[in-house]
Amino acid sequence: MTPEILAALERAKATKRPVVLGTRLPSGEQVLLPDPGQSAALNDAAAKMLQSDESGTVKIGDSDWFLHAHNPPLRLIVVGAVHIAQALAPFATPCGFAVTVVDPRRSFGSDERFPGVAISNDWPDEALDKFVPDSRTAVVTLTHDPKLDDPALDRALKSDAFYIGALGSRRTHAARLGRLKALGHTDEAMARIRGPVGLDLEAVTAPEIALSIIAELVAVRRGSSLGIRQPKS
Amino acid sequence: MNHADSEDILATAAGWRAAGELVAVATVTETWGSSPRPAGSRLAVTKSGKMAGSVSGGCIEGAVADAAMQTIETGTPQLLDFGISHERAWEVGLACGGKVKVFVEKLL
Repeated sequence: MTPEILAALERAKATKRPVVLGTRLPSGEQVLLPDPGQSAALNDAAAKMLQSDESGTVKIGDSDWFLHAHNPPLRLIVVGAVHIAQALAPFATPCGFAVTVVDPRRSFGSDERFPGVAISNDWPDEALDKFVPDSRTAVVTLTHDPKLDDPALDRALKSDAFYIGALGSRRTHAARLGRLKALGHTDEAMARIRGPVGLDLEAVTAPEIALSIIAELVAVRRGSSLGIRQPKS
Repeated sequence: MNHADSEDILATAAGWRAAGELVAVATVTETWGSSPRPAGSRLAVTKSGKMAGSVSGGCIEGAVADAAMQTIETGTPQLLDFGISHERAWEVGLACGGKVKVFVEKLL
């Protein structure tokens, strides 16, 4: 790998630009894609890799190309700088998520309680308007406080977020759905909200609940059947 | 980030290179069957013996590190093929029964 290619990869990472490192096999000649100087077939194959977030070897013309997708990190927006968030944030990072914790209560959302984690002290609706959750973003609300959770869920439902989870018992969740309905959200749209949040592990402690949330995030991201919620009778 | 932690491994390798180490990076380019690490997984190796990341559950790491040392010396990339049909697979023991191709290149 040449210093030029390495520097270009590092620039793409710093600016969160999705790129594909194309390596011709077995010679090792490398290009960064998309690149208008390369064939449409190679650029198309690279775009597919980014879309599916996968890497692999493809045959283009007479050449084998290894196409290595370098997507920016997935994002996890956690609303509520609470105890469970303290367990969740350091766990989500190594799983590939860039984590932001949102809490307007500065005594909760402090650097001291969340060392090395990005914190926003904006109100959740304002924070989500800024972050613009996309199809690589997960939103999890943990405050139990409708004042904070509801505006975040309202914005999350209007976004392309691939995962929306809300902490709270079934009864809390039913009340929450009633309030969101009053804001104009349909039952069908609200089915996107995973409440109670996380895989059903019968989790009790904060780290256990964090584990259940991470487990469900991974299941949804990787397309596991565990990520599909079955209606409870 | 894509699968696993491949970019962090490249960042680690780049850091080693910037500090004056001689570095090779191995990347899984293709897998068949029950290979433990997906395409894109990286292993970085220095001439001084540092290692970061992985290209398998550990079964071919040694053979890949040997090849990386060669590539550090010669500067020539290699495409390694580990699989049940390959004599070397028995030697290094791909216990999972999978097949994997690994590209080894030097950081220039």
